[in-house]
Amino acid sequence: MSAPEVAAGQELPARTYRVTRADLVRYAGASGDRNPIHWSDRVATAVGLPGVIAHGMYTQGLLARAAAEALPGEVVEIGCKFTAPVVVPDDDEGVEVTFAGTVASVEDGLATVRFEATCGGTKVLGAPRVVVRLAGPGA
Amino acid sequence: MPLDPSIVGRTYPPTAPYPVAEERVREFAAALGTSYDGGPAPATFPIVLAFEAMGTFLEAEGLPLHRIVHGEQRFAYERPVVPGDVLTTALTVTSVRSIGGADLVATRSEVTDAGGALVLTASATLVHRPADEEGAA
Repeated sequence: MSAPEVAAGQELPARTYRVTRADLVRYAGASGDRNPIHWSDRVATAVGLPGVIAHGMYTQGLLARAAAEALPGEVVEIGCKFTAPVVVPDDDEGVEVTFAGTVASVEDGLATVRFEATCGGTKVLGAPRVVVRLAGPGA
Repeated sequence: MPLDPSIVGRTYPPTAPYPVAEERVREFAAALGTSYDGGPAPATFPIVLAFEAMGTFLEAEGLPLHRIVHGEQRFAYERPVVPGDVLTTALTVTSVRSIGGADLVATRSEVTDAGGALVLTASATLVHRPADEEGAA
């Protein structure tokens, strides 16, 4: 498989991932973040949240996943602001978060990708950005 | 009670050395719906380390975790994290601001390997909502 051509301005295929309460519990265990606002409606509403919300880092983890699926290579930088909560209902459907990325620049084998992450039409991440050292020959 | 701004510049005791186990990396990848097949750990895996360092900070300042919301997080890598690494993390408070009854605490955590070399820097903004600002809504 040859390395994909990557150029500034290129739009990466959008990725959509479903998030359920079960995912949050699993992530809590794997990450060590057992903050009850990510599993208890009682605690979440007591601190003024609309309900149980996804870990910001769960959503950023999905951002990394979206980047990795679109552009193979080593991540040298990843970051975002958490601007709106991803509220995850207590049902089997959960919610969907969509990631659409555009290559902002390619320089010295490093691709900077700016994303838009939305949940129900609302942007949930501020300035999500991933810098990838492109893999493979020709990168 | 709002946070005392004098904590700006303070570095908290480093976490105990954390051996990166392949199984933990696998679990982390699986929790995000992906699989781990060797090589660099998922890009956000070091949150495990940053979170532990944050715990040290919260405990030292008497802040309960459930009053903390993540405002921003960034990882800047010097090299990838791989299983077998033994990593230590030290958190420094870089700024404290009070906005609308909440404290915005900016932190920088340096993750170093067993040889003392910098592996990555994790920068985070934590939003602390003090109890006495809580609404009944």
